Amino acid sequence: MTELLLARWQFGITTTYHFLFVPLTLGLSILLAIMETIYVRTGNQRYKKMTQFWGKLFLINFALGVVTGIVQEFHFGMNWSEYSRFMGDIFGAPLAMEALTAFFLESTFLGLWIFGWERLPKRLHAATIWIVALASNLSAFWILVANSFMQSPVGYVLRNGRAEMIDFTALVTNPYVAFQYSHTFFSALTTAGVFVTAISAYYLLKESYREYFLPSFRLGVVCMLLGAVLAGGTGHLQAQNIAKVQPMKLAAVEALWETDSSAPLALYASIDEEKRLNSSEISIPGALSFMVHNSFTGEVKGINNLQAEYTAEFGPGNYIPQVTPLFWSFHIMFLTGGWLVLLAALGVLLLLTGRLESQRWFLWAALWTLPVPYIANSTGWFVTEIGRQPWIVYGLQRVEQAVSPGVPAPSIWISLIGFTLVYGVLALSAVYLGRKIILQGPDIGHGREQQQSKATKEAALWS
Amino acid sequence: MELNVLWFILITVLFVGFFFLEGFDYGVGILLPFLGKNDTERRMLIQTIGPVWDGNEVWMITAGGALFAAFPSAYATLFSGFYLALFLLLLGLIVRGAAFEFRSRDESPGWRSTWDGMIFIGSFLPALLWGVAVTNLIQGVPINDKMQYVGTFFDLLSLYTVVGGLAFLLVFTFHGSLFLTLKVEKGNLMERARKIALAVGVAAAVVFLGLVGLTYTNTGLFRNSGAAVSLLAAVLAFVFAYCFVYGRRFGLAFVLNSLSVALTTAAFFWGLFPRLMVSSLNPEWSLTIYNAASTPYTLKIMTIAALILVPVILLYQGWTYWVFRKRVTAKDLEY
Repeated sequence: MTELLLARWQFGITTTYHFLFVPLTLGLSILLAIMETIYVRTGNQRYKKMTQFWGKLFLINFALGVVTGIVQEFHFGMNWSEYSRFMGDIFGAPLAMEALTAFFLESTFLGLWIFGWERLPKRLHAATIWIVALASNLSAFWILVANSFMQSPVGYVLRNGRAEMIDFTALVTNPYVAFQYSHTFFSALTTAGVFVTAISAYYLLKESYREYFLPSFRLGVVCMLLGAVLAGGTGHLQAQNIAKVQPMKLAAVEALWETDSSAPLALYASIDEEKRLNSSEISIPGALSFMVHNSFTGEVKGINNLQAEYTAEFGPGNYIPQVTPLFWSFHIMFLTGGWLVLLAALGVLLLLTGRLESQRWFLWAALWTLPVPYIANSTGWFVTEIGRQPWIVYGLQRVEQAVSPGVPAPSIWISLIGFTLVYGVLALSAVYLGRKIILQGPDIGHGREQQQSKATKEAALWS
Repeated sequence: MELNVLWFILITVLFVGFFFLEGFDYGVGILLPFLGKNDTERRMLIQTIGPVWDGNEVWMITAGGALFAAFPSAYATLFSGFYLALFLLLLGLIVRGAAFEFRSRDESPGWRSTWDGMIFIGSFLPALLWGVAVTNLIQGVPINDKMQYVGTFFDLLSLYTVVGGLAFLLVFTFHGSLFLTLKVEKGNLMERARKIALAVGVAAAVVFLGLVGLTYTNTGLFRNSGAAVSLLAAVLAFVFAYCFVYGRRFGLAFVLNSLSVALTTAAFFWGLFPRLMVSSLNPEWSLTIYNAASTPYTLKIMTIAALILVPVILLYQGWTYWVFRKRVTAKDLEY
């Protein structure tokens, strides 16, 4: 394997792994803040226990999000030094802003939250988790400002052999940011909603701790419905924007090879990337045009036509990303998103009609849905990043021009294998601990603490 | 003041903050297996840095981000050039961060000692590697005319840089032991922290003096009078810190050693100025605050942000230390 391919694999693995933890952090921090606020306002101890129980799971997830995030910040310099040189004037700023505005807040106030239950006044303690929630989402905003520049560069000029920033405001108000950030935020909310709903469903199935997990379920399922519907809506708007700024990406996720004034929406396609056509497909006529233009007769550009356009604009080369993984990633994301909307709607309906706990099949379905948002989040990023190929910054720099020239393949192999192994062990440990916490259930509180095993007390140190 | 100069100072400040703050929590992590005789003691040790270590680590992350934003070419050359060293550093930080969160969540002794080992490795490695990195910056590394590092991982290891690594490691361990004399309840554990401080302090002093001597012979740092005075003041502060810990004036000892860490960091950056990375192949090819910098526009935007935010950060982070100012007792571990 070449250095380029290895560096790309490393980027793919470390970024995907990092993003397994991020959405839950973004969404669950808000749910924790809501739970604790209810506790502070009503004085209901049950909500305090709930906050602490979900808090334990949150912290395990948060820790892995943080430690994998450090790699994210470093690997631009390590594997993509020429990208850092060419784009650093623009790309470095949002990363530094992220650290200055968000990371300090997030880490400091989380420390206060974890260790401050007995030391801080109630209201102040609740405020700390609100700050953590705000800061986490602020950090997501900055990193997406940076990613949006890669997808749709704005506010720059090419000077002195590099891209230079001329308008910071344009960077922040890049339309791409609005669509991508809102879509990411609602996906994160959905992830947290599913997480809380699925684990609550497990307890409701076991018929234990109902007093904690019925309220948790309610909160989770409402959050899931809100998140999934809005993630779908913002996703649609984002796709329309992508049709404008990254037409090749849109064409590839739909495997549309030829420009069509009434483009079909393919539900299934047998893609032949060699011959640049679909040998067979099942599609809805005109539906893609409708999705993009809100009318059945709007032109959607095809891959082959765009390839010709880009060759004319940027010189000879292959401007077509990998259509097969893009097509399937996009469609899997679409399906999983649809499933989450349906499940959440059904859950809210059952809650409203008071039939939730009698419908055990639904609780099972909710429990088994736990992996679904993770699939949706990962495929979403596959679409975003594979669809950017061959560009690292759309229209400005190609991936092969960005890789570190001085880093030999063996070095990348070592770090690729090293990170992947450690990531694997950490993931297993996290799942093991998460399972353990769930099996233990929320501990019953001070009065009963004496009779509890030492183990629970030990665990309480961190909660 | 020129913005390029201001950003050099800001990055120095970030590194000073990073080494001062994370220095002692690396130290506590390194001492964990040696000082913590049983699980309760180990949990007390972890509890001393529990609320703050993550916030301390952000100083490093911010230093990285600031380097990227202000001097992208230095970020690119440094991070791609010191590739394997950084890989080891990251690996250490990953297992360390996870270990703090994971260790007490399961009661089996095997589980706990495994993660305690990870805390040790994850504190030991970064402390050592940062020392190697900083001394390499000033000694010079093979950088060609295209700003590319053309050496290997092993080119980063010389007598000077290994001594640099060991000096950082031992000084941080000393720093951590002083922190512990202030943070654990008065009694047996605190006494042992003092004992270990006295022992580590001697080793740290020897290696630190070795580092100063080799800095004189191997680098141009002493040609810069400001840097030289700063480094010698660091030695002096260290000696005083040692005397104070011997005399059981722990607060003063910690303050002076913090000063020593800060002055050492400042001295190395001062000696580098206006360079960011020295080329050992040709001084002309060194990366400086001019040839590696972002545009004045970007620097201006970042300056506004930093000057507003850094004071605020100092306030609330300082407040955290105030909230958790009490010494950690065995009772704190169970609500």
